Amino acid sequence: MLDRRAAVKALLNNRGENLLVVAGLGAPAWDCTAAGDHDLTFPLWGAMGGAVPIGLGLAIAQPDRRVLVVTGDGEMLMGLGSLTAVGARRPANLAIVALDNERYGETGMQRSNTGRGTNLAGVAKASGIPVVATVGSAARLDEAVSLARSARGPVFVTLKIDPAAHDLVLPPRDGVLLTERFRAALGV
Amino acid sequence: MTDTDPPAAADWSADAVAALRALDVRQIAYVPDAGLTRFLDLAAAEDGIAMISVATEEDAIAQCCGAWLGGQRALAAMQSSGVGNIPNMLSLPRVCGMPLLMLVTMRGEPGETNPWQESTGRAMPALLDAMGVDLRRVEDAAEVGPALAQAGADAFDGDRRICIQLAQSLIGFKGFHGAGESDA
Repeated sequence: MLDRRAAVKALLNNRGENLLVVAGLGAPAWDCTAAGDHDLTFPLWGAMGGAVPIGLGLAIAQPDRRVLVVTGDGEMLMGLGSLTAVGARRPANLAIVALDNERYGETGMQRSNTGRGTNLAGVAKASGIPVVATVGSAARLDEAVSLARSARGPVFVTLKIDPAAHDLVLPPRDGVLLTERFRAALGV
Repeated sequence: MTDTDPPAAADWSADAVAALRALDVRQIAYVPDAGLTRFLDLAAAEDGIAMISVATEEDAIAQCCGAWLGGQRALAAMQSSGVGNIPNMLSLPRVCGMPLLMLVTMRGEPGETNPWQESTGRAMPALLDAMGVDLRRVEDAAEVGPALAQAGADAFDGDRRICIQLAQSLIGFKGFHGAGESDA
């Protein structure tokens, strides 16, 4: 299993101004912040289940930029239906990475259904997303990063991560600030 | 008017699409309703409007917010029962000060033949009010276009969250064997 902080750091390495990131609530948002807070990261503090459709709307609006949704298994389970819209629209610039520790980390590490049989990448594939992968070893992390950052999308990658908790590294939580800084950095 | 005549939708749907074009709305995220059929068909025929059929209405709200982050304007369209699916997602545009434009066709009003539609139809105004969305009801087909244009201007230029509510009498009544029925 992968270390989540190292994996997200690799995902966002040398991100530049062409990468737009939507970070799902909880640990994925803390991971993205630990990798370096950025005006073009939109971290969620709520709106559970919304990370993928936010990414879809963003990907349609910004077809010349890469949109990367980084979320967790619990958030993804709540929004599984949103994968069907991604599979139907097939935006080439959208990638989704689910950090799957088979736990609800923010609420006490309760087990999630990805540890009881649900295969998120399998759901993505069955929803019409053409490029999917499940990666759980450091030896294949480069491959996962390459898919997420540059493969023709839509892409869905499950990263099987160690359930260990890390320090909280919190992004700003003022939603207006997060929105305005994102749009200003984008020039819209 | 016979049983096979379309409802007044023939008028307001084209006006609504024209209003959205004038507002430069570029994405419509929707869960269909019979009363939205012609509107959705006309919008889909337009160049430059991405039509996204979402699995649940909360995804439409989230998609509209993503579009706004990316510099595009979007519309969330659904029937009133779908509003029951979205309250938590409405926290997203509210806490982020984002605009939101919704178009909702009513179910559960006089003429409704499906009693399961009544509860959420009844609750819808309170749900939206509780989550900070302004509700503007339209009962006259001729008023749909102007109301949508004004709501869009207020939402997108003033960072407000506004829902246009189309009365069931305006969209036609859903029947299981008669006029108004549609695959939507």
